[in-house]
Amino acid sequence: MSSEVGQQHPLGIYYKIWILLFVLSGFSYAVDYFHVEGALRWFLVILFMTLKAGFILSIFMHVVWERLALVWTILGPPIVLIFFISFMAIEGRYTEGTRYQYRGDDPTLQPLSPSDLHHEETDDSSVIDH
Amino acid sequence: MMSESAADGSPSGVSGFVEDWASDKQAYNVPWGKAMMWIFLVSDTFIFTCFLTGYLNVRLTTTEPWPLQTEIFALTLFGQSVPLVLIAIMTFILITSSGSMALAVNFGYRRDKTKTFWLMVITAMLGASFVGMQAFEWTKLIQEGVRPWTNPFGAAQFGSVFFMVTGFHGLHVTGGVIYLLVVATKIRKGHYDKKGFEIVEITGLYWHFVDLVWVFIFAFFYLL
Repeated sequence: MSSEVGQQHPLGIYYKIWILLFVLSGFSYAVDYFHVEGALRWFLVILFMTLKAGFILSIFMHVVWERLALVWTILGPPIVLIFFISFMAIEGRYTEGTRYQYRGDDPTLQPLSPSDLHHEETDDSSVIDH
Repeated sequence: MMSESAADGSPSGVSGFVEDWASDKQAYNVPWGKAMMWIFLVSDTFIFTCFLTGYLNVRLTTTEPWPLQTEIFALTLFGQSVPLVLIAIMTFILITSSGSMALAVNFGYRRDKTKTFWLMVITAMLGASFVGMQAFEWTKLIQEGVRPWTNPFGAAQFGSVFFMVTGFHGLHVTGGVIYLLVVATKIRKGHYDKKGFEIVEITGLYWHFVDLVWVFIFAFFYLL
């Protein structure tokens, strides 16, 4: 009886999606490893992210096999939230612009990398060692 | 393929959607536990969306430079600095656990209790190792002076977002490990022999959701 209610599918599709998720994660890691920068980086990372999320949601969480009444309950609110996230991000860009323009903040500042700081630490530890 | 006809013969597709919602009847043709888990997951999505919205807004508005994640999360392996290596391993562990969970759901519906039990235990162990690596990562960052209110690399907001988002996700994983172990034990004891094994799918939904959230954290917080 329970198999009529539950989601029962051949094992093969799970293995295929599993492998696909590994490959897609490898791709997103490669984007960082090969130092792809700028707009292409954002595009690729978000593309692989969307594909991974889509496969997990549709196959592993069985959403493609559900009735639309449940599918739209699940997907409707997050779709609205995408607009919310984008609007707040656009607003953030604008706020940053006004801070440069009216507060005189320095737009050329660069972040420090851990290697800049580790230099001193290794010096300190060698002093303690001797 | 898109959606199956309901057991009572309601049509599929858009007309089925209208009928499910408009008719004076139960809207969701799934066990109530599964519908409730989905409602919970949608509301949990709202919480993580708040974090993502706040994070992107704070990152874009601050005029201080944002720390370079790829170097902060690098580990030195064999005398060579490999960027983001621990995060990559954590990602692969979580995907592996998602796959083993999907298999557990499948074997649950086949009423293969031994395989379901062990696959769920494997999933829980992978989840526990994920939390362990996260604890290691937190320790490393705290030793480097990262705090929720300051850090030596750049914008102070980096620390607050990092601890908030990964901490909240880590709590979800920890909760999931406990949930998985409880359900797995009950399966082995035969609690669901009469009720049916939908519970494995419901637990699986939660676990896949935790993996899903990590997909977004991996992209937005570590890679971009």
